[in-house]
Amino acid sequence: MIRITAWRRHPLARYAVLILALALVGMVYAAFVQAGKPADAAMAAGKVDDVAEGKSLFVAHCASCHGLNAEGTNTAPSIVGVGAAAVDFQMSTGRMPAANPGPQAPRKPLARWVDENAIRQVSAYVQSLGGGPQVPGAEQVDPKLGDAGRGGELFRANCIQCHNWAGSGGALTQGKYAPNLNASSPTQIYEAMVTGPQAMPVFNDTTITPQEKRDMIAYIVQVREQKDPGGFGLGRIGPVTEGIVAWVVGMVALVLAAIWITAKKRQKS
Amino acid sequence: MTDNEHEIEQPDERVPKRVIGTPAPGTPMLGQAEAAEAAGQDVPGVTLQDEAKARKAEKIVALCFTITFLAAIAFIISYVVFQVGTPDSTGVSNLALGGSLTVAVLGLAIGIVVWVRMIMPKYSLIQERHEMASDEPDREVVADTFVQGANESGFVKRKLLRRTLLLAAAPLGLVPLVLLRDLDNSNMPGAKFNKLLRHTVWGEKTKEGKPLRLVVEGTGQPIRAADFNSPGGILSVVPEGYEHDLNALAKATLILIKFRPEEIKGGVNQNWIHDGIVAYSKICTHVGCPAALYEQNTHHILCPCHQSTFDAADGAKVIFGPAARPLPQLPITVDDQGYLIAKGDFDVPVGPSYWERGDAEAEARMKGGQA
Amino acid sequence: MSGELNTVPKGVAGPSTWLDDRLGGANFLKRNLRKIFPDHWSFLLGEIALYSFVILLLTGTFLTLWFNPSMTEVVYNGPYAPLKGVMMSEAYASALEISFEVRGGLLMRQMHHWAALLFVAGMTVHMLRVFFTGAYRKPREINWLIGVLLLSLALVEGLTGYSLPDDLLSGAGLRITEGVAISLPLVGTYITFFLFGGEYPGTDIIPRFYSLHILLIPGILLALISAHMVLMWVQKHTQMPGKSRTNTNVVGAPFYPAFMAKAGAYFLFTLGVIAGLATVAQINPIWLFGPYTPADISAGSQPDWYMGFLEGSLRIMPPWEWNLFGTAHAGTLPLSVIIPALVPLGIVMTGLALYPFLEQWVTGDRREHHVADRPRNNPHRTSIGMSGITFYGLLWLLGANDEIAANFHISLNWTTYIGRVLIFVGPALAYLITYRVCLGLQRSDAAVISHGVESGVIKRLPHGEFIEVHTPPADDIEAHMRGKQPVLMHPVREDAAGIPPKGMRGPLGKLRARMSRAYGGEKIPLDEGHGHGEDEHAAIGSGGDDDRSLTH
Repeated sequence: MIRITAWRRHPLARYAVLILALALVGMVYAAFVQAGKPADAAMAAGKVDDVAEGKSLFVAHCASCHGLNAEGTNTAPSIVGVGAAAVDFQMSTGRMPAANPGPQAPRKPLARWVDENAIRQVSAYVQSLGGGPQVPGAEQVDPKLGDAGRGGELFRANCIQCHNWAGSGGALTQGKYAPNLNASSPTQIYEAMVTGPQAMPVFNDTTITPQEKRDMIAYIVQVREQKDPGGFGLGRIGPVTEGIVAWVVGMVALVLAAIWITAKKRQKS
Repeated sequence: MTDNEHEIEQPDERVPKRVIGTPAPGTPMLGQAEAAEAAGQDVPGVTLQDEAKARKAEKIVALCFTITFLAAIAFIISYVVFQVGTPDSTGVSNLALGGSLTVAVLGLAIGIVVWVRMIMPKYSLIQERHEMASDEPDREVVADTFVQGANESGFVKRKLLRRTLLLAAAPLGLVPLVLLRDLDNSNMPGAKFNKLLRHTVWGEKTKEGKPLRLVVEGTGQPIRAADFNSPGGILSVVPEGYEHDLNALAKATLILIKFRPEEIKGGVNQNWIHDGIVAYSKICTHVGCPAALYEQNTHHILCPCHQSTFDAADGAKVIFGPAARPLPQLPITVDDQGYLIAKGDFDVPVGPSYWERGDAEAEARMKGGQA
Repeated sequence: MSGELNTVPKGVAGPSTWLDDRLGGANFLKRNLRKIFPDHWSFLLGEIALYSFVILLLTGTFLTLWFNPSMTEVVYNGPYAPLKGVMMSEAYASALEISFEVRGGLLMRQMHHWAALLFVAGMTVHMLRVFFTGAYRKPREINWLIGVLLLSLALVEGLTGYSLPDDLLSGAGLRITEGVAISLPLVGTYITFFLFGGEYPGTDIIPRFYSLHILLIPGILLALISAHMVLMWVQKHTQMPGKSRTNTNVVGAPFYPAFMAKAGAYFLFTLGVIAGLATVAQINPIWLFGPYTPADISAGSQPDWYMGFLEGSLRIMPPWEWNLFGTAHAGTLPLSVIIPALVPLGIVMTGLALYPFLEQWVTGDRREHHVADRPRNNPHRTSIGMSGITFYGLLWLLGANDEIAANFHISLNWTTYIGRVLIFVGPALAYLITYRVCLGLQRSDAAVISHGVESGVIKRLPHGEFIEVHTPPADDIEAHMRGKQPVLMHPVREDAAGIPPKGMRGPLGKLRARMSRAYGGEKIPLDEGHGHGEDEHAAIGSGGDDDRSLTH
């Protein structure tokens, strides 16, 4: 919650304008490119055209940092071989295109030009450059098919040290942080595990199998959808908020009660 | 008595409220210092309440007590009606039981306070206080009695008695301490504790006499080095056969990290890695939390308890925080089937420092290791 | 409303006569039923702790009926789905059972935990009240020491209780406890092996903590609390300065019926607040944490609030470790554990315990004190207290620096760097600022006494000047302000021969004399009268209708 409001207050406006302008240029460019081809052909050609569309989107929106051929520049790494899953994760969470340099690119609302099609197209293009992990299928990430109990054990072994026992996130070094998992879709969770975005390490499919990843997703989804039986969850970050509540609510209430019990009115005569 | 009007319960710095307007002649500006004694008051310091107000207050109190009655009934009904089991049903039960209990208790509390404040008289009684010290004659009597008793008992005169009593008491005092010796169940002389702490199960062999495999925590699967092939990958790893042995895990848990070869720096013992895969103890050298927050882009390992930070690419040396020593590196290699195994035990004790530990790193270096 | 009693009703008289025949209680009751209790809200703060303790005993007993303090591993097969089939200790499984399978179990667990937080919080604020008002002075030093002991025991009681459910979060606390214990010089390994029954974690620690938590420590707490109450009863409460309040009386309401009812109501308030918190605010959701294993840890692993300052001090410590006797020999001193674990705790607890005696040593004040000081009137004590609070508070805050970093997007490392500086600068600043504030408040008191308070009445003088009429403060307020007494000082003047008085010689004596001079004395004396014509303000009469009014 705090994060969202912080972003709003953030001097993001400037960047938003910048992105908007970039997006506009991009759309004009895209429209121009699109205009050059018959629409039907694009539909029929399917994947190949996704790659081509993706390339033009990439050149328009991504190449300034990642290089014209995704080979990377001083500002951004090469994304050859990161796979469609990485692109889908970064773009669908709004992390890419990045708004401002910082320790870490935050999740944010999607840029104007980014939609399902654009993501698919750019993903297809990046996939065509050097392979890499694919975007998982719907069944692959379906929490209903996973075993939450087993997933919980893996989650505790591999994830909670950064993301906290309930996926509430936590701090890393030098201003980096592990984000809260509540906003992440099952697909995004899966993609994050196989691609290791930013500071996050990689959990590849050969050591943590896709089945096991689905178990973890099942656990994460089950726990986050569960209503807190004991009242408000207090952010599910444990004793820090509990201590604050004990003092700010509990102690203040009791002090007020003490004042009321002993208060004396000045008598009017 | 009018001490009731003293505003001492207010914050000390309170300066009386500003009143705009000319005060009535002869009226002290700041409240009544000496209020008129309530009519019909017999006892000084006890100001009876106005009967009309008290009657009104009684109604409020009665209302509060009735609310308590209803809420208590609601509690009993909730207990019968709302079953528990799932988190959701437990949540409903908790809300119903807790809500009714809270209302019941607060109803009673508020009722009583209104009763005290509006119906009981206002008191400002004075009670004398005396010095805590007893009177001098009393003290003298006690002193005399003490001396007399001491002499009568013969404790002073009879040295032998006195000394043997002290002698008797000394070992008796040790009895409870001696009894505590078996708190330690490891059946070892204390001097061996230190030896136990120096070893982990990675030095053991399987029943077949093979070195232990590294298995994934949570699944128990052994790890083929060729499968753990994504640079930037980590795994939490436990020793084969000890997946649920908490004592073993408290020392032997590892984090396994896959590097690109060019990322590995001099601090890492190159003989102990396999194909860019490095194994470090997961147990922080500060106070033993599992240090496992790994940032693959900086190669930092962070301990979430006290934020010691280790550079995994450089032998897990400490770069921040209170830990004083690097995370020990475990020598690993692969067996004939390509699974990762331990080459042997850590060459230094893992986990937090202790008195008998000594500078084990320097010791290991002297023995020829690189640590 | 039928009327009033003229005699003791039979239903009461019968049993009480029966009892008095056997116990002879009338003499005690004669003296104590109308015992006077002064009325001040801050005097109820200790009762928060007292009542929380009662609630802890009640809810804790309820929990023991189901809790199984065993570390035997079982496979969970209860109703909480995300943990189905997971290996866990029986302690954890039974804590889950209390939460999800016992009606009211979750409520009692949550009440127990909230009451624990309020127990220590109540003790803390009560102790601060006693400290800042100087209520620990003679004859109450023993009760103060009992209080410090109670606070220390409460921390141990909290730590042992926190560990019992054997969940992943409490296990992190246990692991840190082990790491601290084993770091102690010479005896560390022995203590650890004795405590855990061998190597960490073993299978003994939960049952052992259980008997400490439900029997030994509460037993001692109960005994000490009783002693605390008896002493309070015998020595009577202090009272705030005010009209007709002196060092030889108590002014207030009688125990029966008024104070009894108030105390009863306050117990109910405490219970109500705890029950309310347990209803609406989830605490220690162990099912989210998972069972303990020494291999895992969660981000944001924190202790309960009262242990936070220890966590903070561990976090800001630089990595110091000495090997006293070199390589391959015993003699390792992990200073980065020992110092932060023992020094702040030592400073706080020892400082608290010794303060009454140090103050006596410095001021030479051996008198009994029954009228409480207003904090401003002993500025050095108040400043010392505030720097203590700042020291503690900063460490406490730093114990949560990861949550601060994560939620406010500050670099974690910078919170530590800043903390390392602030822990030294903060208390010093707090001292200076508090001292100035105290003097300022004393000055404002002096001004109220000598010039009166602004009445809001504006007057125009014959030559056209507008002035505001000041009136003297109400006498209750004046009495409250005049309750101030100078802090006692040693006679430190040298005699004619230039020899300082006895006890003020030698380096220690000189230090004592110096501290006494600084600490004691009257900083801002109050005027005796109402300042009529004594100062630069012309006392212009207001025309005779109120000859007590004063003007600027």
